[in-house]
Amino acid sequence: MNQMTEIALEHAITNVAPQVNAKMRGRDVNVFYGAKQALFDVNLDIGERQVTSLIGPSGCGKSTFLRCLNRMNDTIDIARMVGDITLDGQDIYDPKIDVVELRARVGMVFQKPNPFPKSIFENVAYGPKIHGLASNKTDLEEIVVTSLKKASLFDEVKDRLHEPGTGLSGGQQQRLCIARAIAVSPEVILMDEPCSALDPIATAKIEELIDELRANFTIVIVTHSMQQAARVSQRTAFFHLGILVEEGATEQIFTAPSDKRTQDYVTGRFG
Amino acid sequence: MTDISNNQTPPAAVDWASGKAKALRKKRYAADRRLRYYGIAAISTAVLLLGILIGSLVSTGYLAFVQTHVTMEVAIDPEQVSADDPASGNYRAIVSDGVQRLFPDVEDGGALRAAAGIITNGAQVILRNRVIADRSLVGQTIRLQVPVSDPYDQLYKDVIDRDLPENRRRLNDSQIALFETLEDRGLIEAKANWGLIFSSDSRFPELAGLAGAIVGSFYALLVCFAISFPIGIAAAIYLEEFAPKNRWTDLIEVNINNLAAVPSIVFGLLGLAVFIQLFGLPRSAPLVGGLVLALMTLPTIIIVTRNSLKAVPPSIREAALGIGASRHEVILHHLLPLAIPGILTGTIIGLAQALGETAPLLLIGMNAFLTSPPGGIMEPATALPTQIFIWADSPERGFVSRTSAAILVLLGFLITMNAIAIYLRSRLERRW
Ligand SMILES: Nc1ncnc2c1ncn2[C@@H]1O[C@H](COP(=O)(O)OP(=O)(O)OP(=O)(O)O)[C@@H](O)[C@H]1O
Ligand SMILES: [Mg+2]
Repeated sequence: MNQMTEIALEHAITNVAPQVNAKMRGRDVNVFYGAKQALFDVNLDIGERQVTSLIGPSGCGKSTFLRCLNRMNDTIDIARMVGDITLDGQDIYDPKIDVVELRARVGMVFQKPNPFPKSIFENVAYGPKIHGLASNKTDLEEIVVTSLKKASLFDEVKDRLHEPGTGLSGGQQQRLCIARAIAVSPEVILMDEPCSALDPIATAKIEELIDELRANFTIVIVTHSMQQAARVSQRTAFFHLGILVEEGATEQIFTAPSDKRTQDYVTGRFG
Repeated sequence: MTDISNNQTPPAAVDWASGKAKALRKKRYAADRRLRYYGIAAISTAVLLLGILIGSLVSTGYLAFVQTHVTMEVAIDPEQVSADDPASGNYRAIVSDGVQRLFPDVEDGGALRAAAGIITNGAQVILRNRVIADRSLVGQTIRLQVPVSDPYDQLYKDVIDRDLPENRRRLNDSQIALFETLEDRGLIEAKANWGLIFSSDSRFPELAGLAGAIVGSFYALLVCFAISFPIGIAAAIYLEEFAPKNRWTDLIEVNINNLAAVPSIVFGLLGLAVFIQLFGLPRSAPLVGGLVLALMTLPTIIIVTRNSLKAVPPSIREAALGIGASRHEVILHHLLPLAIPGILTGTIIGLAQALGETAPLLLIGMNAFLTSPPGGIMEPATALPTQIFIWADSPERGFVSRTSAAILVLLGFLITMNAIAIYLRSRLERRW
């Protein structure tokens, strides 16, 4: 443990890579599950209107870091986070921060598609409804339609908006979940292995979609696929055993990593 | 594949056809079969016992679903009853006059009294109710069908054996002879006994019915539901969604589980001490019964609600939280709708248990003798199980079959409630 912390500290010094305009910043982020530490002094900036991918072997803390960014870890009783995470310079762990607002601004898409057991329309309309984003029914319908269009799902479901969302295929369900996240106009979208339950064609669609969404949203994606990280992200962060080993432009991480562990991982020698 | 070094011995091939392997497989199959036979034997025993129970109830109870009636003519004499005040006529005289008309040949006073014993003691009340309902009957002669009294009912149903020696029968030869003249004239008829459901209790088995008990049970269950359902769900939501996990909540949890195991008679004592003696609520009232039953049903509802909430996939909760739903929105919009089939099923089963509960109701006095259904939750009442208890304790022959019939009625209600629970579960869970 001590040795770990030392390594972590070393990286904390070398790894601060300030970006021109960081939407979110993590500073000395430590996360504990009970007595077990899952993240060690992670310093990571999330660039605005960029796709940042988090890669690393299983159990290295990618999801843990991602879930800190919208405080989803608050829902786990034993989880505790120490450090600073800011959104537009504002500390999101400040007790005065409204978590409901934070989660509306920092949306999330999960590994397994998880539409509500309601109609497609209701799935997308739910967020805008609770946050009061639509003043009337036409407004709401417009939000739903644009969100579905942005998630490139609209053409496939326009005739069955009132059928259950759970009746869609896995790939369609995942795009529905993306539409649901987009509908509340978040600034940041967090995606935790959004394609791991999908076939290559559905995956390609989602990747294309992520590329389009980059124009309007800041995206953080966790992925186990190097190719996916290389295809969709501009910046890549490599985690190992709870430590942020290396972070940089995606191209640099995949072609000229500065750390041996990153090199081993991206070339498929472990993980 | 060619570069596998030769010094590596391949694993020895397993001889699946060897005698030893075959014997082992045979033994494993035999174990499978044994397990299945144990299961079948267990189910058969359960079904057999249930069959014996229902069979014995039906074999004694079916008699109570028919009632022997006699048709008599009564002249509603305006001198005995006035149309202005039909409630206070001398119906007893009219009925005895009717008995005389039934047996024109009998003149001897003793024989006439014996003849009057054939028809139910409640005949005058039946007649009075008819006249109150229709005053124009005053002055007319009408045909009145009334139940025969219990011994004759048993005689007609062959429960009393006419061939037994006279001193071992409840009815003597002359009584039977009188009854047989009526049979010969075609005035005796066995009819479906709707009174069993629609009349209230009576001292005379031929008139006794379950209406009061059914209404009493209904009110008690209504109170029980109105209290235990909202409180149970609210408590379960708090414990499952809001309560911190610490020693206090552990203690509460253990106690709720214990509460579910407390013998029901203890709840009865509690009801007596707290609701009746401390709060001064009326004895025998469905309100108190319902409160006591609610105490018993509450743990069941809390436990099923918590389990139903736990069974909602965490992904739904995360999805809602992930787009910024607040806690109450997560619970009310997402968790409860998905948990409600399970909650309803558990609640109905809890209520069915409450319906069959006897001991606590006896303690709070819901076993009073009452000849009319309660008018509300504050009035004295009986309940189905306590009515069964009362009847089982009555000496008259007619109450034996009525007790079984009442148990069948109670079982009918229980089966209906459980069927509704199963239907709701299969119906509502499909949305999942
Ligand atoms: N709810 C939890 N309770 C306790 N420990 C947890 C919990 N969630 C994660 N951990 C631990 O924290 C560490 C990091 O887990 P995390 O889920 O962040 O890994 P990951 O990088 O997302 O892995 P994967 O690629 O397999 O999803 C792991 O060692 C894991 O066992
Ligand atoms: Mg993960």
